[in-house]
This record gives sequence, structure tokens and C-alpha cells, in this order.
Amino acid sequence: MSGGRARTPGRPPSQSEGSTFVPKAPAGTLYRGREGMWSWVAHRVTGIGIFFFLFAHILDTALVRVSPEAYNEVIDTYKNPIVGLLEVGLVAAVVFHAFNGLRIVLVDFWSKGPRYQKHMFATVLVLWVVLMVPFTIRHLSHVFGG
Amino acid sequence: MTTTIPAPRTPRRLRGRTNTELYAWMFMRASGVLLVILIFTHLFVNLMTGDGINALDFGFVAGKWADPVWQVWDLMMLWLAMLHGTNGLRTIINDYAERDQVRLWLKVGLYTATTITIVLGTLVIFTFDPCPPDAAADLLPSFCPVP
Ligand code: HEM
Ligand code: HEM
Repeated sequence: MSGGRARTPGRPPSQSEGSTFVPKAPAGTLYRGREGMWSWVAHRVTGIGIFFFLFAHILDTALVRVSPEAYNEVIDTYKNPIVGLLEVGLVAAVVFHAFNGLRIVLVDFWSKGPRYQKHMFATVLVLWVVLMVPFTIRHLSHVFGG
Repeated sequence: MTTTIPAPRTPRRLRGRTNTELYAWMFMRASGVLLVILIFTHLFVNLMTGDGINALDFGFVAGKWADPVWQVWDLMMLWLAMLHGTNGLRTIINDYAERDQVRLWLKVGLYTATTITIVLGTLVIFTFDPCPPDAAADLLPSFCPVP
């Protein structure tokens, strides 16, 4: 299936896609439910979230061209516990999207990828925890330790 | 968008077909692999080393961008992450916005935002002045000439 993503799971084919048969209830589709669908939902949600962060991030970094005062003032408003926790959330989203993205690449390019996709999803979750625990401890000790 | 699905085994019509979607698909995977290295390093250097988030200020950015390696690093991260994210959002718009007009305007908005951020971010990296003449000296990196 070169170039093709699997069609959107969790959504019946719409009329505009040329099908007249619209099942009312999920009838044994390959993609609905379980790891395949939830990893896809999480990948999509994290991707959107990171994009909007990045948009704001490039705008605030651009303040270095306004003046050192302007940049420091805005960065200082980020140095509080609430933003500190949001940063943990952002990194959690990035780390999940990154590892799950590598899993997608392996499913697509590695001959045994599709067979091991569930094992690889478990690996994604394990690696995510292994990275997030030390990250969170160190980052929050910066945030709360002053 | 009306798509008619041809009967199975209809020979492909080759004339007028383009490979754009295939290249976009390849780009998502290639840029993704590079972005893991670029972004993980960015996060590690900025949040985990030294005083972490507390050390970030104008002087920190000036110190990093004094090194061309970090300039190129951020430039690649900027372009790849924005193009990757934009192409991802294009897919999502295609999936959910079913009306032609809505889909068109969402994409116009998306591509406008992408163009502005990429141009702005690139200019910021290349026109950055670590020692602006009228700034308070204690905000500047230590390598700036003392007036
Ligand atoms: C809380 C997490 C983050 C912090 C504290 C942070 C901090 C910074 C800082 C201080 C800079 C200035 C230059 C430098 O240090 O290299 C910067 C630039 C940049 N960051 Fe981040 N960053 C974070 C997350 C991210 C993420 C997740 C991405 C990618 C999706 C990203 C992409 C960029 C880009 C593209 C630039 C260059 C902007 C430009 O060209 O003007 N950052 N970041
Ligand atoms: C950290 C490294 C990253 C990797 C390994 C990665 C990998 C991937 C892969 C393989 C896809 C699937 C493309 C497809 O289905 O054809 C994807 C989709 C996507 N990515 Fe990333 N990505 C990374 C970073 C980012 C960043 C920084 C952003 C935001 C600026 C982003 C936003 C998206 C979006 C919005 C999608 C579309 C999701 C969908 O169609 O459901 N990704 N990514």
C-alpha cells in the first residue's frame, strides 16, 4: 500500500468517498479499538498539540530580536509552577509522539514490523516511562527548588 | 470532493498522476527520524543541563547562537518541525473538513501561519545580535565588549 495511510479508523466511510454502504455499528473493522487505534488517536492528538506549542514558541523566541529586556520579561512569566507542569506535559507529548513515530516507521519499512507492532507499542510505553520519570524529577526540582 | 472508486483490477491511468502524496509520506518518515535527534538534544541541553529552565534568558540564547553549530541545529529543527507539523495538519484537515470551502480556507490559514513562522524564525537566527548597543550590560552575554 505505497503512499497510503490506512483509512481513518473509527469513522464509517462517508458518501463522498464513493461508498453507498454505511455500516451503523462497528462490524469487525481491522482498525477500530485496541492498540492500533489508540496509538493512532494519541499520535494525532500529540502532533496537533506540539504544532500549536511550536507556533507560540517561535513567536516568543523572536522577542530576542526586539530587546533583551522584552525576551527576559516574557520568559520570566513562564518561570512558575503552573507553566513548569505544562512543560512536563509538553515533553510527555513529544516523547510519546517521537517513539510512536519511530514505531510507525518500523511498521512501514521493517519486514517484520507489522507482525511486531503490538510489542513495539508496549516498548514505546516502556521507553516513555523510562525517560519521563527521571526527566520529571529533574525538571520539577528546578521548577520547585528555585 | 467526489471520488469514484474504480472497479477492482482496472488498469491504472498513468497519465496525469503525480507522486506528491508519496513524497509527502516519505518526508513525514525521514523528517520524523531526524527530529527525534534534533528535538531530544534541544530539550536535554535547555532543560536538563546546569540549572535547567532557570538558566534560560537572553544571555543563554546569545551564548548558544554564538556557535554556528547551534544556529544550524535550530534552523534545521525549525524547518523540519514546521513542515512536518504542517503536512500532518493538512492530512487532518483532509480527514475531518468535509466541505470544500471549509477545507480550502483551513488550508489557506495553515499555510499562511507556516510561511510566517518559518520566515520569522529563519530571520531571527540570521539577524540575531548578541550585543545590542542600547541594552543594559548585565543582561548581555559575557563576551560582549564593555562600553
Ligand atoms: C519546554 C521546552 C522547551 C524550551 C524551554 C525551549 C527553549 C528554547 C530556547 C531557549 C530557544 C532559543 C535558542 C536555543 O536555545 O537553541 C529555543 C529555540 C527553538 N526551539 Fe525550543 N524549547 C522547548 C521545546 C521545543 C520543542 C518541543 C521544539 C520542537 C517542536 C522546539 C523548537 C525550537 C526551534 C525551532 C527554535 C528556534 C526558533 C527560531 O528560529 O527563532 N523547542 N527553544
Ligand atoms: C520527534 C520526532 C517526530 C517523529 C519521529 C514523528 C513521526 C511522525 C510520523 C511517522 C507520522 C505519521 C505520518 C503518516 O501517518 O503518514 C507523524 C504524523 C504527525 N506528526 Fe510527527 N513526528 C515527530 C515530531 C513532530 C512534531 C515536532 C510535530 C509538530 C510540529 C509533529 C506533528 C505531527 C502531526 C500533526 C502528524 C499527523 C498526525 C495524523 O495524521 O494523525 N510531529 N509524525
